[in-house]
Amino acid sequence: MGALFTGIHKDRGLQVILGLLFGIMFGFLLQKGGVTSYDVIIAQLLLTNFTVMKVMLSAVIVGMIGLALLKHFGYAQPHPASGTIGSNVIGGLIFGFGFSLLGYCPGTVAGAVGTGAIDALIGGVVGILAGIIIFVRVYPKIRGGILMKGPLPAVTVQEFLRLNMWLTIVIMEAVMIGFLLLLEYIGY
Amino acid sequence: MFLILELLTQVTWSPYIAGAGIGILVCLAFLLSNRPIGCSSGYVKAGGLIEKSISPVHVERQEYYREIVPEVDWAFMLIPGIVIGAFIASMLSGQFQFIIVPATWSATFGNTPVLRIIVAILGGVFLGFGARWAGGCTSGHGISGSIQLSLASMISAACFFAGGIAMAMFLFHVIGGA
Repeated sequence: MGALFTGIHKDRGLQVILGLLFGIMFGFLLQKGGVTSYDVIIAQLLLTNFTVMKVMLSAVIVGMIGLALLKHFGYAQPHPASGTIGSNVIGGLIFGFGFSLLGYCPGTVAGAVGTGAIDALIGGVVGILAGIIIFVRVYPKIRGGILMKGPLPAVTVQEFLRLNMWLTIVIMEAVMIGFLLLLEYIGY
Repeated sequence: MFLILELLTQVTWSPYIAGAGIGILVCLAFLLSNRPIGCSSGYVKAGGLIEKSISPVHVERQEYYREIVPEVDWAFMLIPGIVIGAFIASMLSGQFQFIIVPATWSATFGNTPVLRIIVAILGGVFLGFGARWAGGCTSGHGISGSIQLSLASMISAACFFAGGIAMAMFLFHVIGGA
């Protein structure tokens, strides 16, 4: 990896500014993509409008190739984390219930605040902070227990499928692009 | 120049273009900051800083705050950044608008702000709690994790939508009767 980038990574002051800049660009794109709207997110969860899926899958389609290229040329290092059924499935379902009760997720709720959504601020942000403060108290009790239950068989998809990384990417890209084409074809 | 101005003031972009932009942004975050774009850890830092301002000793004793240290850093700054970015985008296109009760909600549950806010707070609690239980949210697992071909992230994202679709159907079709 280039020494220039390692230097940038270690510059804490610069990273604080970069965090803000990445946030600004991310928030801008979320709003332009239409996904800072409660109505758009709920319509996705009611399966009547697929904007959220289209934004997410397009991001993954582009980012998956981009990151693999950066890794190939030695400019970036992915660090996927291992997971468990107890953490990812149970936590994911709890998150999902909150996702549709609130109608925003942690990123889009911040974007919604920026577009003037009061329910996102005094409902969403306050609720998320409360949920986290509760989780911090529960964490010591579940850390060695349910969060460790049912380790997943592999860290990455290519390890799971026992395939070469590039072949895995080709398959994943084909599935995602195929899904988006199907959505357009059936009129979503 | 005119084209750029027109693009910036457009009400919405194609979701494919906005999504592709987010994909590029995640790659840039790996290049410049050696990390994925994930939002929920920023809230842990914010929550910890709020608690710290009330009782610093208490925060030091919490195991979770030793793993995700409450401080103003990249992950923390992402959240105010998103607020600013979405504010700029909505102002440029004239879409900024104060609302309390969104249209889809009021069509089914009426336009009482109190009910909407109570359910939103409840949803937020589940969201914050569930995100940390699963170790990430829609951006950290759903987008950045999937980009890294993380199996745990893809399973998490599938569960976000499974839980979300089930609860949305229950809310709007069973309770709301629509």
